[in-house]
Amino acid sequence: MRARKKSFLTGYSFTRAWKDGSIIVKMSSVVFGLGCFVRKQFIKGFMLLFAEIAILLFMMKEGMYYLKKLITLGDVEQYKIWNEAKSVYEYVDGDRSLIILLYGIITLAILFCAVILMRISVINAYKAEEYVKNNKRPPSLKDEVYELFDNNLHKTLLFLPISGVLIFTILPLIFMMSMAFTNYSVENSKLVLFDWVGLKNFKNMINFGSGLGKTFWPVLGWTILWAICATFSNYFIGMVLAMFINWKEIRAKKFWRFCFVLTVAIPHFVTLLILRQMLQPEGAVNILLRNMGILQARESLPFFTNTVWARVTVVLINIWVGVPYTLLQVTGILQNIPGELYDSARVDGAGPVTIFRKITLPYMLFVTTPFLITVFAGNVNNFNVIFLTSQGYPRAVESTAGKTDLLITWLYKLTIENQYFDVGAVIGIMTFITLGIASLISFRLSGSYKNEEGFR
Amino acid sequence: MKRFKKYSLKKKIIVTFAHVILAILAFIWLIPVFWVLLTSFRGTKGSYSSTFIPTSFTLDNYKKLFTDFSVFNFPQMLVNTFLIAIASCLISTFFVISVAFALSRLRFRSRRAIMNAAMVVNLFPGFMSMIAVYYIFKMFGWTDGPMLRVAMIAVYAGGAGCGYHIAKGFFDTIPYALDEAALLDGATKWKVLIRVIMPLSKPIIVYTLLTSFAAPFKDFMMAKVLCGPNQKYYTVAVGLYQMLDKEYIDQWFCSFAAGAVIISIPIAFLFLKTQKYYVEGMSGAVKG
Repeated sequence: MRARKKSFLTGYSFTRAWKDGSIIVKMSSVVFGLGCFVRKQFIKGFMLLFAEIAILLFMMKEGMYYLKKLITLGDVEQYKIWNEAKSVYEYVDGDRSLIILLYGIITLAILFCAVILMRISVINAYKAEEYVKNNKRPPSLKDEVYELFDNNLHKTLLFLPISGVLIFTILPLIFMMSMAFTNYSVENSKLVLFDWVGLKNFKNMINFGSGLGKTFWPVLGWTILWAICATFSNYFIGMVLAMFINWKEIRAKKFWRFCFVLTVAIPHFVTLLILRQMLQPEGAVNILLRNMGILQARESLPFFTNTVWARVTVVLINIWVGVPYTLLQVTGILQNIPGELYDSARVDGAGPVTIFRKITLPYMLFVTTPFLITVFAGNVNNFNVIFLTSQGYPRAVESTAGKTDLLITWLYKLTIENQYFDVGAVIGIMTFITLGIASLISFRLSGSYKNEEGFR
Repeated sequence: MKRFKKYSLKKKIIVTFAHVILAILAFIWLIPVFWVLLTSFRGTKGSYSSTFIPTSFTLDNYKKLFTDFSVFNFPQMLVNTFLIAIASCLISTFFVISVAFALSRLRFRSRRAIMNAAMVVNLFPGFMSMIAVYYIFKMFGWTDGPMLRVAMIAVYAGGAGCGYHIAKGFFDTIPYALDEAALLDGATKWKVLIRVIMPLSKPIIVYTLLTSFAAPFKDFMMAKVLCGPNQKYYTVAVGLYQMLDKEYIDQWFCSFAAGAVIISIPIAFLFLKTQKYYVEGMSGAVKG
């Protein structure tokens, strides 16, 4: 709010430019860079004009076609015609909905760029006009480049990274999300030509009665249970371990930390694949137990074949994988807790348990809430731990998801393995909604969101 | 030791007991690590072994990785991964440091909005965009031939800007008074970044470089989806994962362990080197 007020006083907003600007400012929204040409800022003007022409050419050549097709996602099926000369049937390509969808979205993105360029053009024209009105020279190219390294440094620094995120993260996300509103799926062979179906997939998904709903709700329940168990087990065990190693009576602190940290250093997928091998019915762990005489010769523990066993196993594996990380992260923070707090608590006669409950834990929770949310999100989307160990097994009867499948591994199975892209996209959006709600609640409840600069 | 002798008997028992517990925990944590090491030197083939400690030891598993190219070309995979890692770590470090600096030390209108947007984007399963990225690259024709490498670099580095948190946490801990002093002396903000902040930020730059260098060695999913059947462009992670395929597992399991050891050593080394910055970055990052 404060920021917006400030920009109204010092900056040049689009609405203000449109309201107060002269005809040239308004014309700049049609001919990009017009305002710049009038004020002799030629290079900038040319850049804007060139961008506009490029966009117009693209729109005429390709854009309009894809925009039109985007409405129906294509309706021409592949067909064959009789070729008299060669006396064979020749196939003529029909529309391919996926390409239409992708190019349609890219076209929309380019149109969005055009709108932004238009705003830049208008605001620039207005800015130059204001300078002239106040008897000042409008900024030359040199001035503006200088500003890009001073007061506008953020624009210079953020331009490339944000473009990267837009192209490689956000554009693909939009593309994927839009599939949720189509029937792009192996079902009814809709893999080449598909249509918009609105919210039908979402209705199927949340409907308890339908086959999909019967799979979705249990998987969602397990995903949430898993995320809570995985996050808090790691957090508390890691914290207790860190405090244990920090305890002043413990010798060779560095050595102990090294032992635990060593497991972090090995790539995740390697350790997980190895654990999977070790926990197979004929794997190393069962063999070790048999050799020790705990199990009979042909007996083995059902690590991935019994639902409860499998679920406990993946949580334990996650503890094994994750605790060293927590140990590292928490160690620094624990050492930051002001010593006076402990001293005064001890003077008041508090025991170690009380100190932990009343001082360490609240402090840690306050400081680490944002971190906990990230970990929680990471666990909901924890593809590796499930996919590389239990692979979602044991399999559930009449269902595409196994008993340890999370939403994310189910998504993988549905899309990459079985080509139900529409349902996969719906699951992705559902995962996002679950996470969004969870983190919004915890973020608002925690104090750290508001006090970002409190410590400076 | 002197201090230990002074303790009462009860305290001695407690302290010894604590060390024993720690030793047991450390042992549990290290079992799989030992197991990989032992398996990589195992003389008998196959994924299953009837004993926990192998009956015979050999170096053949390592030799096989570097001589037997019938199914997997391990040296080629190492080279692929190395090329991708170098390019992507340079690009993503540049991205991460730029974003972190801008969001930490500059104040501008859309700052809050950008941070919130980054948070929202981070909530989406990275996996979801991956499938779409595959289609986009496929339409560019980048999923075949040498452009595949460019595609992989783009995938690892392109979205790096969203992972600015640890670096921002680091920048947040540098006192703002330094910037103010330089600005009062007439420095531009760019000069502040180059002359004041950069010299102080070596740890976080090294940390970012090394973590993003390690990423292509660790990730197998992205590379697997992008490469598909293009064996020539496999990264180490994809190759190792493939070795555990039903077709190859009997012949290649011990070599898988050997390969795992080979890539774990440099990564473990990098990690132990950067551990300190990680701890510092984290304790800074969550302060805000």
